[in-house]
Amino acid sequence: MNQTLLSLRNVSKSFDGKSVLDALDLDIRDGEFITLLGPSGCGKTTLLRLMAGFEHPDDGSLTLAGTDITHTLPEHRPLNTVFQHYALFPHMTVFDNVAYGLKMEKRPKDEIRQRVDEALAMVQLGDFARRKPHQLSGGQQQRVAIARAVVKRPKLLLLDEPLSALDYKLRRTMQVELKRLQRELGITFVFVTHDQEEALSMSDRVVVLKDGLIQQLGTPREIYERPANLFTARFVGETNLFPGKLERLGDGTITVDVLGVHRTLRRPSFPVCEGQAVHVLLRPEDIRVLAPDADHGLAGKVVERNYKGSTLDSVIHLADGTEVLASEFFDEDDPMFDYRLGEPVKVSWVDGWEWLLPVEPDELPAGAELAVNA
Amino acid sequence: MLKVRQQPFKTAVLALVWGWLLVLVLAPNLLVVGTSVLTRDAGSFIALPVNLDSYRRLLDPLYLDVFLHSLYMASVTTLCCLLIGYPFAWALSRLTKPRQTLLIFLLIVPFWTNSLVRTYALKLLLATNGLINNALIGLGLIDEPLQMLYTEGAVIVGLVYLLLPFMILPLYSVFEDLRRELLMASHDLGAGKLPTFIHVVVPLTLPGVIAGVMLVLLPAMGLFFVADILGGSRNLLVGNVIKNQFLDARDWPFGAAASILLTVAMAVLLLAHKLSERRLGNGESKP
Repeated sequence: MNQTLLSLRNVSKSFDGKSVLDALDLDIRDGEFITLLGPSGCGKTTLLRLMAGFEHPDDGSLTLAGTDITHTLPEHRPLNTVFQHYALFPHMTVFDNVAYGLKMEKRPKDEIRQRVDEALAMVQLGDFARRKPHQLSGGQQQRVAIARAVVKRPKLLLLDEPLSALDYKLRRTMQVELKRLQRELGITFVFVTHDQEEALSMSDRVVVLKDGLIQQLGTPREIYERPANLFTARFVGETNLFPGKLERLGDGTITVDVLGVHRTLRRPSFPVCEGQAVHVLLRPEDIRVLAPDADHGLAGKVVERNYKGSTLDSVIHLADGTEVLASEFFDEDDPMFDYRLGEPVKVSWVDGWEWLLPVEPDELPAGAELAVNA
Repeated sequence: MLKVRQQPFKTAVLALVWGWLLVLVLAPNLLVVGTSVLTRDAGSFIALPVNLDSYRRLLDPLYLDVFLHSLYMASVTTLCCLLIGYPFAWALSRLTKPRQTLLIFLLIVPFWTNSLVRTYALKLLLATNGLINNALIGLGLIDEPLQMLYTEGAVIVGLVYLLLPFMILPLYSVFEDLRRELLMASHDLGAGKLPTFIHVVVPLTLPGVIAGVMLVLLPAMGLFFVADILGGSRNLLVGNVIKNQFLDARDWPFGAAASILLTVAMAVLLLAHKLSERRLGNGESKP
């Protein structure tokens, strides 16, 4: 698990003079499920294509299991790709599609038959071997594409937004199925997506990318609970952002003025000094909505309520106009739980659940950053 | 409301198209079929009784030789068009859009000049006293002019020149539809350039090849004026036979039978095209 399978060093790539990846370093560990997450144009697909060999870096190197593959052609790399639109060969049957890679390796006929049958059984398409791709549904085509890629037993499987063309329910099923396959096969998966929910639920580690730079690399939990910067905080999940002013440094604690309310918080890992402006980040589920006569919290009123089944999501306008998202589980014993629209409330959070980020010098003034939800 | 208004329009358009096809396509062809089974007549061109003599005469060694030689020249023409057109169409589909448009435009520009005129222009190039011979003599490469005009080669050059765009355009269209992802998938699965070409590119562009062959092979047997202008007396096309029967020999039934031969050949190629498309299903796998 801790051994590095593929390592990228100082990899740069630009198209038509426009930089897409900039001196990127990344180590992919053997056996992990790692996701490249970012908005479109962040370089995640280019990064995948560099790994597959469809593009070559302008600078830097790629090493796969100790071998330099920077200039190796895709057909000579021991890895395979599942394409976004599956890229099944339309003139071949499902069987021939899956057998293609083995035929190129000039494997004996019996072995090909056996391995293709196994691969198709694994994705539950054993009965579809004689069909042509256009006779299959989108989800089935997807599974053929996966079988075709894993039948060669690659060291690394690259998946380029493989679920983006499927409807929501099928997506969920395929997410579970992909995780199962990855566990059973023990192959390292590099998964590209722009869907943060997908990234969090499937990955061992997530790489958040923006403008060709790695914003953060960590477990889903680290990414969600301890975002390295505002971009990650907003891109992954929904975020409430409060402006804070550091008033006093204590022993392992700091006192922060958040919209006129003073709170003593844990000291963050970045260097701090008195008078410094900070961002106080809170996820909607960290927010507690209290009665208006509570002895602490920020005063506001409820402007929107969305019943989500398992949670009740509210939007609360604070006195200064800041919008706060709150997501709470039902508590039938709480008489205050069912607020009406327009009702005055107070907003607070559980101590220690906040996350602090420094205000960068090139950022807009803190007031302009309020109420931005990813 | 809208539906009621649309219906008469739709009916009228369909009636017009069907009427056009019946009067100007089906009826003339039936007349040709009818003519082919009648007897030659000096006064009124055709007469009863009905017989298959004209078809029997198609097998006459004299005509069979002409047909086979015509088929041979048409096949060489088609092969040349394919060898030039296939890489051309591939390269064309890889260019940027503005360049593609420009090149297709240049490909179509010659159609604005009558093909007869263009064939005469070719004659000026190939003649004994023509541009090519004069240039070669002027450069001192040859002492005596080459005999290029009135050869098999001249006819094939003329046919390739006139018919090449008909090969390129259907090929361009299949290369345009060929998704790059499929080539990437093939490389990804371990196939080099040549195996990818054989197992992916060729099968997927086959409908375009057959369409191009169809558009080149049959006209290459029919463009009689090319053989008239560039071929001399020994390089006849089936088209020349048909023309001669109607205009010179006044044997309409035999001319009709010869032209039906071409129609049947066309039908066979159309069938092959249809089958090759069906093999691909709907063409592409849909995401």
